[in-house]
Amino acid sequence: MAQLICLIDASKCIGCRACQVACKQWNQLPAEATTFEGSYENPPRFSAQTWMKVVYREHEEDGNVVFLMSKQGCMHCTDAACMQACPTGALYRTEFGTVNVDTVKCIGCNYCVAACPFNVIGFDRLTNKAQKCTFCYDRLNAGLQPACANACPTGSIQFGDYRELIDQAQDRVDELKAAGKTNATMYGLDEMDGTAMLYVLADKPEKYGLPVDPQVSLQTRIWSALFKPFRVLVIVAVAFGLWVNRSHSKKIEQAKSEAK
Amino acid sequence: MTNHWIDYQNSDVFINIGGNTAENHPISMKWIEKARETKGSKLIVIDPRISRTAAVADLYVSIRPGTNIAYLGGMINYILSNERYHKEYVENYTNASYLVNEDFSFDEATGLFSGAEDDPARNATKYKTETWQYQRDEEGNPLKDPTLQDPNCVLQLMKKHYAKYTIDNVSKITGADPEALEASYELYSSSGEPGKAGNLLYAMGITQFTHGSQNVRACAVVQLLLGNIGIAGGGVNAQRGQSNVQGSTDMCILYHIVPGYMATPQQATHPTLADYLEKETPASGWWTNKPKYFVSLLKAFYGDNATRANDFAYQWMPKLDGRDHSHIALYKDMGEGKVEGMICWADNPAVSGPSAANKRNYQKNLKWLVSVDLFENETASFWQGPGMDPAEIDTEVFILPAAAGYEREGSKANSGRWIQWTWKCQDPPGEAKSDLWIANEMFKRLQALYENEGGVVPEQITKMFWDYDGLDGEVDIVKVCKDINGYRVADGSLVTNFVGLADDGSTACGNWLYSGYYNNYDQPATKNRNREKEGIGTNLGWSFAWPLNRRIVYNRGSADLEGKPWNPDAPVIWWDETQQKWVGNDIPDIPGSWTLEQSTESPFIMLPEGVGRLYSHSALKDGPMPTHYEPAESLVPNLFYPNATYNPVSQRFYEDHTVETDEERERYPYIITTCRVVEHYQSGIVTRNIPWLNELMPELFIEISEELASELGISNGDVVAIESKRLFKDGNQSSIEAKACVTKRLKPLMINGEKKHYVALPWHWGFKGMSTGAVANDLTASVGDANTAIPESKAFLCNIRRAG
Repeated sequence: MAQLICLIDASKCIGCRACQVACKQWNQLPAEATTFEGSYENPPRFSAQTWMKVVYREHEEDGNVVFLMSKQGCMHCTDAACMQACPTGALYRTEFGTVNVDTVKCIGCNYCVAACPFNVIGFDRLTNKAQKCTFCYDRLNAGLQPACANACPTGSIQFGDYRELIDQAQDRVDELKAAGKTNATMYGLDEMDGTAMLYVLADKPEKYGLPVDPQVSLQTRIWSALFKPFRVLVIVAVAFGLWVNRSHSKKIEQAKSEAK
Repeated sequence: MTNHWIDYQNSDVFINIGGNTAENHPISMKWIEKARETKGSKLIVIDPRISRTAAVADLYVSIRPGTNIAYLGGMINYILSNERYHKEYVENYTNASYLVNEDFSFDEATGLFSGAEDDPARNATKYKTETWQYQRDEEGNPLKDPTLQDPNCVLQLMKKHYAKYTIDNVSKITGADPEALEASYELYSSSGEPGKAGNLLYAMGITQFTHGSQNVRACAVVQLLLGNIGIAGGGVNAQRGQSNVQGSTDMCILYHIVPGYMATPQQATHPTLADYLEKETPASGWWTNKPKYFVSLLKAFYGDNATRANDFAYQWMPKLDGRDHSHIALYKDMGEGKVEGMICWADNPAVSGPSAANKRNYQKNLKWLVSVDLFENETASFWQGPGMDPAEIDTEVFILPAAAGYEREGSKANSGRWIQWTWKCQDPPGEAKSDLWIANEMFKRLQALYENEGGVVPEQITKMFWDYDGLDGEVDIVKVCKDINGYRVADGSLVTNFVGLADDGSTACGNWLYSGYYNNYDQPATKNRNREKEGIGTNLGWSFAWPLNRRIVYNRGSADLEGKPWNPDAPVIWWDETQQKWVGNDIPDIPGSWTLEQSTESPFIMLPEGVGRLYSHSALKDGPMPTHYEPAESLVPNLFYPNATYNPVSQRFYEDHTVETDEERERYPYIITTCRVVEHYQSGIVTRNIPWLNELMPELFIEISEELASELGISNGDVVAIESKRLFKDGNQSSIEAKACVTKRLKPLMINGEKKHYVALPWHWGFKGMSTGAVANDLTASVGDANTAIPESKAFLCNIRRAG
């Protein structure tokens, strides 16, 4: 698991989407042409231009209406389905423990998009590359927190040491439970062996539109297991690209072994 | 605001009524969350619909649009009948014990206070206020009953007035669930306990009604009863929208005041300076200093041309002619061809004003129109609006591109009255210029024209002091700051604050309240940036707050009679026995020379009686105590006062403009309220030109409950046609269209046993910019509050149907 993570306390999210705009601004992602289709949530799907968004859900129980909002995007899983699905190693673990796409290695097979249990990987049809949240890799390198955390006015997105934030999340869940939110839970502590986006939810994950018990699918695991012995062959097949990126590739392997 | 944003961290309980703080002031939630985290504070939200603020509330109560006084009156009744009020505070710091004229009365049948008479000029009611006054002894001192038992004392009058506002009745009027209602009263009135702080925050959902001023009064009364004024974490906190709307109000953007909240002179009542000063200066309270501030203002206006011999140029100062020049009235005059030209500066009334379609029609009567804005807005482009035929319009339109806030330097005043300097970070694009540059050039050229060609009272302009030129054709902003801060005429030296102002012409000051913000040239207070290391968040070393850098006004109220803070954990000021003066974390709102006894007798120094007004004998035209009236357009009669419906003193500018008959109510059977979203800002002319924001909120939509949508066969995302009586009368368009947002967040309300539906419509869209949509304000009525004429945008009637 990453040493530095984001704690997303959905109980403090006011749905202002400062994070969503900050993400687009920092990463210089163009606006998508959208229409109003009945929900505040927009764009409707994650894409190569939309790496994260605020998800809105309304529910009614016993006459009580709840309006739940949370920032969602790549979870940066420890057991990352996308990395297992990727045939070229384009999905890799960074030195920060987060998961990135190396677009040079990406061959546009789309397997990662299909494998992600959170459906948060976008695919750019123009460049034929997968695209997703980088956990603001460039900002982390510069010693800055991710743009979304930086923009959040309420402290719903916090960035910091994972041990501290896990403790904080546990305290918050206890607080919410004490305040009558009996379904309050942490999400991302055990899911996918831990994610660098750790959530505090005031209600069950499905109420926020998050998958219950997300898993790397059996197909992906089998594919990964069968494929691994042949990875070297594929690497030869894309040898030129890797040759150019040899030094970079070493760094990735190093990061991988460190992460393990 | 009486308090300030950071002070929210000190609140024990918040009530957000008539506001949507998470969406319209998101940064407020930082401090609300901090209070919740560190103190376990609670947030109550009162709103017709579940907004993004209500979504994170600890307690939410849905009320019908336009019934805030019923709700707050219920709170007052609950506080009084359950003795939840802060007794020591109410007895000593408010006028609860004051005796009111024995002839004062309120007629429950008509809903009128004593003194009502017809006002044929306005086709409304007006009041003679003699019977509303205090009983006084021979020397003119108000009579009091410290036991609070006299039936004519304010507290007893309030008890009587609000006796009807029971949970049951309030529930019938507002449609609120009685249990939720009582829970909110119980929770909020817990702040009446000494040492506890309740924070009442509001915005346009309180003000934009024909009884908007009384809504604000009701907020103030609740806060006074609970002892929440002057304390840390308390206050009546009007959350301003535009970043500098506080500043523009301070600088008299409203026509009835001149800078620093002094009345604009009226030709009839104030023909001479002596008349003005005599009639506008009270016998007691801080405003006895008004002549110093007013004469200094005249000196700032007219410089050396203002002398004692010419009454400091008072005769040149423009005066009111007795007519209404508020926004709606101004446009009415335009419609009648009485206005030749308009300079519309950072304003887009063709989207933001009531009955906006009418407004665009009236603009056809203008010969010329100047629009100063960042983008081409709908007001400048009115001739391109729905139903317009440009061939028939002769108005010449000039568009002056203005620099954005980050492209110029200057101060902005936030809601907490902090006047903060901001520095320019980039040049404006193209020919865009700062507002200051535009104002300077415009005035200099006008002055030259008047000098060369004369005109009606040219001295108003030609004699005015105007010397703000800097180097290279720019404006020297420091000269402007000097004028506003105030200086000694003899040597031009800056005054430290308004205590240094005089009424003999020896000082000039453009706004007495701002005096001290630019107290020196090297490091003026407005540029201070020292964060507080420990304290209660007042941050006295950060910028400057008016008045006198005071962060919490009326802060004498934060301490008990002996001068000890009610809440020792967040002490604002306290009486220092050894120094024999007030000291603390804020600038005491008490003159430094006063004894403890004096400060206890007059904790509210701005008022002549020196105490907070639970009952206001003169401030408002429509009654001394807030009273429930229906909005001008309502589906239901006034349950409390059967012969009254809407506020009888409110301003109605047009005949046959609002829904009045049952037949019309059948035609427009739904309540509608306008609202905002966090993604767009005001009339949207800036935000609708930002693709990232348009991506989030691409189109105008209307929020409709699932039940109403199902009745009308409307599905989520359908295009819906919305009609109001204004469009029917306007003729340019029969309806406006918006996408349906069918949601659980709105629920029909049971009003006195009958189910009533309401819908909510954001008003940020117009026909210019990168994201276009119908103008929601085409639907709203040009009816105004009795005191301020603010339009009633938050409750009116409409019809909706599936379009096509």
